[in-house]
Amino acid sequence: MIELILGKYNYWIYITLMMIGFYAMISKNNLIKKIIGMNIFQTAVFLFYISIGKVSGGTAPIVWDGAVRYENPLPHVLILTAIVVSVSTTAVAFALIIRINRAYGTIEEDRILEINRQGTGE
Amino acid sequence: MNLVENFPALVVIVPLISAVLIPPAGRISKAFAWYIAVTASALSFAISGFLLNSVLKTGRISYWFGNWEPPWGIEYAVDYLNGFVLVVVSFIAFVVSVYAKKSVEDEIPENKITFFYSAYMLLVTGLLGIIITADIFNLYVFIEISSLSGYTLIASGRRKAALVASYNYLILGTVAATFILLGIGHLYMVTGTLNMADLAERLPQLYHSKVVLTAFAFFTVGLSLKLALFPLHIWMPNAYTYAPSAVSAILAATGTKVGAYALLRIMFTVFKLDFDIHVVPFTKIMLVLSSVAIIMGSVLAVAQTNIKRMLAYSSVGQIGYIVLGASLAGETAMAGSLLHILNHALMKGTLFLAVGAMVYRTGIEDISELRGMGRKMPLTMAAFTIGAFSMIGVPLTVGFVSKWYIALGALETGMWYFVPVILISSLLTAVYFWRIIENIYFKSAEHAGQVFEAPAGMLVPTLLMAGLCIFFGTAASLPVSVAQKAAKMLLAGVM
Amino acid sequence: MDTVYSALPVYVISVSLIAVVLVGISGRNPNVREFWTIAASLIKFSLVASMLPMVLDGKVIEYTLLTVFPGLDIKFRVDALGIFFATTASFLWILTSFYSIGYVRALKEHAQTRYFMCFAVAMSATMGVAFSANLLTMFIFYEILTLCTFPLVAHKETPEAIKGGRTYLTYLLGTSLAFLLFAVVLTYSTAHRLDFSAQGILEGKGSDVLITVIFILFMAGITKAAMMPLHSWLPAAMVAPTPVSALLHAVAVVKTGVFVVVKVVLHVFGIKLLSELGLGTALAYYASFTIITASVIALKQDNLKLRLAYSTVSQLSYVILGVALLTPSGITGSIMHILLHAFGKITLFFVAGAIYVATHKTNVSELDGIGRQMPFTMAAFTAGALSMIGIPPFGGFLSKWYLAMGTVEANQLPLLVVIAASTILNACYFLPIVYRAFFKGSEVKRISEAPAFMVVPLVLTAVGTLILFFMPSLFLDLSKMVVASITGGV
Repeated sequence: MIELILGKYNYWIYITLMMIGFYAMISKNNLIKKIIGMNIFQTAVFLFYISIGKVSGGTAPIVWDGAVRYENPLPHVLILTAIVVSVSTTAVAFALIIRINRAYGTIEEDRILEINRQGTGE
Repeated sequence: MNLVENFPALVVIVPLISAVLIPPAGRISKAFAWYIAVTASALSFAISGFLLNSVLKTGRISYWFGNWEPPWGIEYAVDYLNGFVLVVVSFIAFVVSVYAKKSVEDEIPENKITFFYSAYMLLVTGLLGIIITADIFNLYVFIEISSLSGYTLIASGRRKAALVASYNYLILGTVAATFILLGIGHLYMVTGTLNMADLAERLPQLYHSKVVLTAFAFFTVGLSLKLALFPLHIWMPNAYTYAPSAVSAILAATGTKVGAYALLRIMFTVFKLDFDIHVVPFTKIMLVLSSVAIIMGSVLAVAQTNIKRMLAYSSVGQIGYIVLGASLAGETAMAGSLLHILNHALMKGTLFLAVGAMVYRTGIEDISELRGMGRKMPLTMAAFTIGAFSMIGVPLTVGFVSKWYIALGALETGMWYFVPVILISSLLTAVYFWRIIENIYFKSAEHAGQVFEAPAGMLVPTLLMAGLCIFFGTAASLPVSVAQKAAKMLLAGVM
Repeated sequence: MDTVYSALPVYVISVSLIAVVLVGISGRNPNVREFWTIAASLIKFSLVASMLPMVLDGKVIEYTLLTVFPGLDIKFRVDALGIFFATTASFLWILTSFYSIGYVRALKEHAQTRYFMCFAVAMSATMGVAFSANLLTMFIFYEILTLCTFPLVAHKETPEAIKGGRTYLTYLLGTSLAFLLFAVVLTYSTAHRLDFSAQGILEGKGSDVLITVIFILFMAGITKAAMMPLHSWLPAAMVAPTPVSALLHAVAVVKTGVFVVVKVVLHVFGIKLLSELGLGTALAYYASFTIITASVIALKQDNLKLRLAYSTVSQLSYVILGVALLTPSGITGSIMHILLHAFGKITLFFVAGAIYVATHKTNVSELDGIGRQMPFTMAAFTAGALSMIGIPPFGGFLSKWYLAMGTVEANQLPLLVVIAASTILNACYFLPIVYRAFFKGSEVKRISEAPAFMVVPLVLTAVGTLILFFMPSLFLDLSKMVVASITGGV
């Protein structure tokens, strides 16, 4: 049991962070806060990727004489791509929020839904 | 290097480069943007056709990016399955790009038109990339390319509700993509590879690993969200309703199909049917989900008053068909499912293009206001009617062919109780389309305003698609033979 | 049996499709438009007639139009049964064309072009069903027939007409998609083929339960045959203009229904299989329920067209009863009844239309003395009614005779009683109309018939019922050929 909790702490961290982010995405009313949640959600996955590249006793993946094992660099490279994606998604999301704010005069979801329901969103 | 050898890469690169070229070209002259988009999508279509043809002749084509041998390098591969889907998607992208000109001029502010085409070509890039890549991480990247361009395209809709629809899609789309990313990570953890063929080879020894199971769960949920499988469809109706007509058309005709393709690829090529037999009976789960999707999509469609939203809900049901056919896991049903990717793309494309043309001329989206449209826009409405009949599954239209194969496949696998599901949903489809047909042909308009036929730039693509609905409904031998080969390959789990 | 490959059946079907285009183009000029309709009906009939000698010679005409996908063809095959039905329908189309012209012009109906276009499509579809060589082809034309007749039923575009049209469509399209298509798919997955064969294609291919299920699905799916309880679309369709009711709901549509039943019973299941499973007898008793119930309901109808509609429901089940007996005379009677009921009932509908055009009366209770006002029309009505009841020397007697023989052959005397009882009921709901028309009411003001375009066709069909009694040989030969092919083996 202890092994399950302590030995795999990286998974616990990523799962906890992910759930925090997921919670924010679902339950927050403010559109910006949702995006913050989304960023936490994605960052959790980045951490997961980075942690799986760890090889115990490994060193930085640069060829040098004393090296016995190297860390796996590939997940790090992959996650660079995912970070770029995440940044772009955030940018698009903020652009949308700015336009929503201009169009609706609010970034609170319940207000927006109300305006849409009244039919002025049509 | 030979140009032809590089075709698998060019299918994706041509639209990608065009997306980059369009903004500067658009600065010189607005007209360039459209020409470049049309040319690039036409080229993609031509290349796809060539690729499918050579696959049919010589078998699977494998392309190594930068000459790095897989599984180390990124591989692009074309086989029966994705060769077929490539042709479908690039064809629709081409037709819609032709159609887009008038529709976009009407719906998008003038200074944004250039960027619209740029985003459109990025969307096409993403969709084609998802199809052709044989590298699972590359798949994720392309999913995000298509999604991000999709968000911007949807947000360019005329009404402010489009912004909210796009935002909600963005949130759910990101969840989906992140889930897929997690799935990839888990698979990489245990296999150390990202190449699909390599994964397929290594996974069977690891089937009972919990990590593999987790990966599978993430893939299933993530992809189901992307392809809007009920009940993960909630982002779709608003997105299709508020997006510009051309965007609704391409997303409805190809976006979800590509998601379906990715699902089939992951489930049947990467994981294989053995995973279903030995670990999780996923096909059973998908059978239930897809049947619910088929019925609920049709029921919800009946309840709609906005025609675009109705078509969106109808898509929910139609996606159910694709998943149902695949999950029956028999050759005939699988062929039916693949045929439905083509057929639904054709008929939903026809319907959205026709509705777009109507909106362009009249601005009407409400079903009850369609009275007498049959007289005002006879050709557009004829195309709509063909599309509608096809959706119902009237013989001699494409809808019949795929439904026939799926129903026959259900009987072949002994699961006859799915045939009534198909038939009931056909009935419901008849109900919701008949309301419209009745309005456009059998009720006269209260004030007979002079509305003319859509401009040729919109009408020709619409009629072309409608014509194909009939053509592939009466002479289906070619797609059927390709689909059967692809189905055989998928079920055998080879690539 | 010799097989001749010829595109003639395709020509027959496309004649009226070409007419659709021509009618559509010349919509502005009614005289030209009507010329196309008449021309098409004449050409169509002569093309059908040109195939008759070959078929009587024992030949079968086949033509594959296209292959939808491997295993499924759109294919035509002209055999005795098909040509029998096609001859009947195409001949009556000629008369109905004239009658329609008189009707729509006298009433100044709107959307006449659409009306004639849909009519022509309906005739193509009927021919398509008659000549189809497999279940898929038949299903396609069956559906086209449903769809193209909807505009005719809802022709008036009033809320009432739209509602009737919806009922019509719901029943016909709904059941055919839900049951008939299911049955076709099941048949294909059981027998791995869909083409008609004289011996049936399902024998020995599936378990008894499966065959029974397919049979029930077929019977529930072929709603055009108006078997109770799926008959309500027919009365609902009476909102249509009368020529539509006459040709479509006495001949083309409903006869397509029973024709398909006959085809399915004989050529999909085969008499051997059905009699082994006892399904024929079950169907016969089920049909007799409809015969009696519909006749009783007809008694209570005051609206003339509704009374005729229920009478049709009842008479259609004669055809089903006959074929369900699975005996030579029963089948002969059944096939003959397709023809004879068509002539009788179309006369009656023509009369109903003529009365409406001349006097705007629709109810039986208003018809006192109308026989003296419209002597030709009502004389025709009397002939039609007598034929329906089955009194010699009118054609209807023949089919009833064969049907009665069939019940004896099948050793099902209760069914003979059903036929007798229904004959009495027929008399009960037709003869009072004749009585009212000629013997009740005040003296005539003056003779005021409907336009000649209408009266001539209805007199001709009435005379037809007489002629068919004395010279039925052509049609009897054809029905005997059908019987021979299924019992004698091919």
